[in-house]
Amino acid sequence: MENNNRFPLAMRLLHWAMAALIISMLLAGLAMVRSLEPWQLTILTAHKAFGLLAFVLVILRIAIRMKSQTLPLPSSLSRVQKRGAIASHYVLYALMVAMPVSGYLMQYVAARPVEIFGLFTLPASLTADIESYGLFREIHGYLAIAFIAMILLHISAALHHHFVRKDSVLKSML
Amino acid sequence: MISQFLPHVVSERRCMIAALLLSLGMTTTVYASQTADTVTAQEFVDLQEGDSPHAGYRRAHAKGVCITGEFRANGNLSDIVTTPLFAPGVTPFTGRYSIAGGNPYAPDLSSPVRSLALNFALSSPNQWRIAMNTPPVMAVTNPHDFYQQIVAIKKGPEAVKAFFKDHPESKDFMTWRASYSPAGSFSGETYHSLNAFYLHDKQGNQQAVRWKMVPASAAPFDETEGPDALQERLAQQLDAAPVVYDWVFTLAGADDDENNPAVKWPASREQRVAGQIVITDWQPQLEGNCHSLNFDPLVLPNGISATEDPILRARSAAYAESYRRRAREALAGALEGERDGE
Ligand code: HEM
Ligand code: HEM
Repeated sequence: MENNNRFPLAMRLLHWAMAALIISMLLAGLAMVRSLEPWQLTILTAHKAFGLLAFVLVILRIAIRMKSQTLPLPSSLSRVQKRGAIASHYVLYALMVAMPVSGYLMQYVAARPVEIFGLFTLPASLTADIESYGLFREIHGYLAIAFIAMILLHISAALHHHFVRKDSVLKSML
Repeated sequence: MISQFLPHVVSERRCMIAALLLSLGMTTTVYASQTADTVTAQEFVDLQEGDSPHAGYRRAHAKGVCITGEFRANGNLSDIVTTPLFAPGVTPFTGRYSIAGGNPYAPDLSSPVRSLALNFALSSPNQWRIAMNTPPVMAVTNPHDFYQQIVAIKKGPEAVKAFFKDHPESKDFMTWRASYSPAGSFSGETYHSLNAFYLHDKQGNQQAVRWKMVPASAAPFDETEGPDALQERLAQQLDAAPVVYDWVFTLAGADDDENNPAVKWPASREQRVAGQIVITDWQPQLEGNCHSLNFDPLVLPNGISATEDPILRARSAAYAESYRRRAREALAGALEGERDGE
C-alpha cells in the first residue's frame, strides 16, 4: 500500500532509526556522567562511537531530504503554524548536527582520542586547552537539554495531529 | 519494500516501533542499575570539594607543579606489550607533582599522600595519562566505600578508627601505613599505579600488571620549611641535576586478583624495569600545560587496557566531573589574577 501520503521509505527508516539512536544517546549520556559503576567506561566508549554514527546518518539524511519530494503540511494549518512546524524541523536538524560535533570537539581540545568500535581512532589535539573544553562541554550539556525539549515538543505535535486534528501527519512517517 | 520479505504481521511499522522500544528498554535498565545507595560522580566530587570549593582548581590534588622530562625505555617489556613507548628509545612527557587534598594553598608538608602524574602525547590518536600515589594499595575495593572513608576522615580520628575496624580489607593498606615515613622531597617518594592494567602483546595475550616509580637519583636539597617546601626543594634539585626514577612493572601471578586494589601482590612476583623516567624541568601549575590536562587513568594508548577494578573504573567519571567544574570556572575567568599570585 505504497501511496504518496507517506514519506519515502528511506526517509521513514532513517527517521525511526535515528529517533531510537538519539533518544538512547541522550538517556545514556545523562546516566553515564553520573555513574561511578564499572560499566561507565563501556557506555562512554559506545556513546562516542554511536555519536559518530549519528553524525554520519544525519548527513546522509539531510542529503536524502534535499533530494526527495517532501509532503506538504496539511492545508488546515494556519501560516503561523506552518512556519512554526518548519522552523522546529530546522532546529531539530541543527541539533542532530551540533550534538556530535560539540561532543567530538570537546574530546579533541581535551587531548582525548576517540576510539570508534575498536576499528580506528579519531585524532585529538596533542595539548589540552581547558577553556575550550569548558566551552564545548557546556555547549554539549545545554544542547542536550534543548534537544530533549524539542523532542518532547515534536512528539506532542505529532500526537496532536493524530488524535486532535485527526490528519495524516503522523501516518505519513509510519 | 522490506515488508514483502517478512511475514505479514511483521510490518516495517512494527519493526520501527520495536527498535524504539528496545532502545528505551536498554536505557531504562541502565537507569535502574543506579540504585539509591550508590554514590554518583557529582556526590563524590561534592564531598571532595567540601563547603568552600576553590574555583578553577582541581577538586582533588589541587596543589601541585607542572614538570617536563623524558622516558628512556630499555625494551625490557617489548615481548609483553605492543605500545611503541616501550621499545628502546626516548620519549618526552609532561606531568605534574601534587599533594592530595582540594586546597591549592595547603602547606606542602601537611598532606599524607603525594602524587606523580604523567602524560605521553605519543601521537594525535594515541595518548596516555598516568596518575600515581604514594600508597601501593587502597584501603577499600570500591568507590562507595571510598566515599565513606573520606566521610570518616572529614569527621575525625574516632570515625576513621571505626571505619577501619569495619573494613578488614584495609589490612594491607594499614600495614603499609605503619611502615611508611614521608620523604623530605617529591623526588624521594615511590609512586604507585595502585590499580592494575592489562598489557597486550602481538599475539593477543594479555598480562595484568601494576607499576611503580622508584627513586633512582636526585640532587640534595636544603630542608627549607614553609608552605611550599616540597616545590622549593624540587626547584633546587632540578637546578643541579635531573630527578630520576626506575619505572618498575610487577607482573600478576595466576592467583592475583587484578580487580582488587586493596590486596598487595606477593613480593615474589616477577618485576621488570622498563626504563627510566628523567624529570628535567618544572613550571608553576598555572603557567605550565599540566593545568589544562585531566590525568584520567582511562586515557590509554594502544596495547594497554583497563581492568574491571571498580576503583579504577570510577576514577574516570569523577575526574571528568572535577574537570568539568574547573573548566567551566576557568572559562568564566576564575583564574584571572591567580597566575601572578602563584
Ligand atoms: C547525537 C549525538 C549525541 C547526543 C544526543 C549526545 C548526548 C549527550 C548527553 C545528554 C550527555 C550528558 C550531558 C550532561 O549531562 O551535561 C553527553 C555527554 C557526553 N558526550 Fe555526548 N552526545 C552525542 C554525541 C557525542 C559524540 C560524537 C561524542 C564524542 C565523540 C560525545 C561525547 C560525550 C562525552 C565525552 C560526554 C561526557 C562528558 C563528561 O564526562 O563530562 N557525545 N552526551
Ligand atoms: C574512586 C577513587 C578515586 C576518586 C573518586 C578520585 C578522584 C579524583 C579527582 C576528582 C581528581 C581531580 C581530577 C581533575 O580535576 O583533573 C583526582 C586527581 C588525582 N588522583 Fe584521584 N581519585 C581516586 C583514586 C585515585 C587513585 C587510586 C590514585 C592513584 C593511584 C589517584 C591519583 C590521583 C592523582 C595523582 C591525581 C592528580 C592528577 C593531577 O596531577 O592532575 N586517584 N582524583
